[in-house]
Amino acid sequence: MSGLAHYLEDEGIPTTLIALIRKHAEEIKPPRALAVPFELGRPLGAPNEPDFQRRVLRDCLELLEAESGPTLEDFPDDAPGADVDQEGWACPVNFAAPVQDMSDEELLTQTLLQEVSLLKPWYEESKQTRGGRTNYGISGKAPEEIPAFFASLVVNREDTPSPIDDKPAPLAFKQMADDMRYYYMEAAIARPDGRVTDLDIGNWLWGETTLGKVLVEIRDWAMESENEGFKALATTAMVPTHQRHRTKHG
Amino acid sequence: MVHLREMPDHLREALINQELPDYGDTPWVTPKPLNECRVALISTAGLHRREDPPFTPGSADYRIIPDDYDMDQLVMSHLSTNFDRSGFYQDVNTSFPFDRLSELADEGVIGSVASRHYSFMGATPPTVMEPIARDLAKVLKADNVDAVALVPV
Repeated sequence: MSGLAHYLEDEGIPTTLIALIRKHAEEIKPPRALAVPFELGRPLGAPNEPDFQRRVLRDCLELLEAESGPTLEDFPDDAPGADVDQEGWACPVNFAAPVQDMSDEELLTQTLLQEVSLLKPWYEESKQTRGGRTNYGISGKAPEEIPAFFASLVVNREDTPSPIDDKPAPLAFKQMADDMRYYYMEAAIARPDGRVTDLDIGNWLWGETTLGKVLVEIRDWAMESENEGFKALATTAMVPTHQRHRTKHG
Repeated sequence: MVHLREMPDHLREALINQELPDYGDTPWVTPKPLNECRVALISTAGLHRREDPPFTPGSADYRIIPDDYDMDQLVMSHLSTNFDRSGFYQDVNTSFPFDRLSELADEGVIGSVASRHYSFMGATPPTVMEPIARDLAKVLKADNVDAVALVPV
């Protein structure tokens, strides 16, 4: 982000930015930066807090009034809800314990399909409460079309053909994995609760669902794979840092 | 919360202490008075219109987000799994504050909102984006943009 500021300003465009990692702004020294003490992924602080968000953006824009630079200022307040105990959230659906046998492709497919089916009404409800908004749809596949591919990846690994014609299997997997996580997580936040975070739903998805088990299993072999596409994704783009303790390689 | 201070130590240290490129001296352009500035947003959250192609590993390009697009239809195809997306699910302004920018224009804090906004996908190193970013500056000038707010994820 700070690097882009250098390039744009150097070409004559005044820039200001929000910095989520203060140390990076200190070192890269973009012309104007507002350091914020928020969670990664939430540069404006918190959802559905328009007054707070407006203050953050306003403070960031007002750095354009500085007479000289580089200038790095701190936003003074934590995000609303940052200090609230998170114990209250619970997924609206209770699943059976995740499948442990990772060798039965048919069982994995059916279990994933069942999870998709159980979550469906909550996914639809969640979408409706946001005026039809959903992040689902990156891969172009419906949620019911994805489980068989994932189950095959667990059992047959790199030998699984890509189900999307013009995309290699690792990219198809990445986009479908994103879609499935969106589907599960949007369903999981169907009951409005602005305080729920990535960690709450992450602990549920990665710890309590078969999808989570399947994704960890794929990551475990992908880390040791000779398929460059899968291996590259496995390192950083499969399992969030706060869930890596569930994986073989951490 | 997946706050920096709550990440596992070794991962937090790796993130914060990663080797950063040296961009040299800080350039500086004196902008117009803020209340006359036409402002564009540039995100690195890997956002795009639902109908646009998703970002792929190594993408250094950007997607255009026109001001008349229904921002609730924006989707995120960022490569990284290491940041919160639940805020974005609930409110697009958590990472793309288009409504807030429009309100600040209505209040007269800024002059106006640009007609086009942009998103890169920040998992790609900025040095790889350099030629594209420099070209984007020309596009911004042609669009009479006076200043940009860069918003990470």
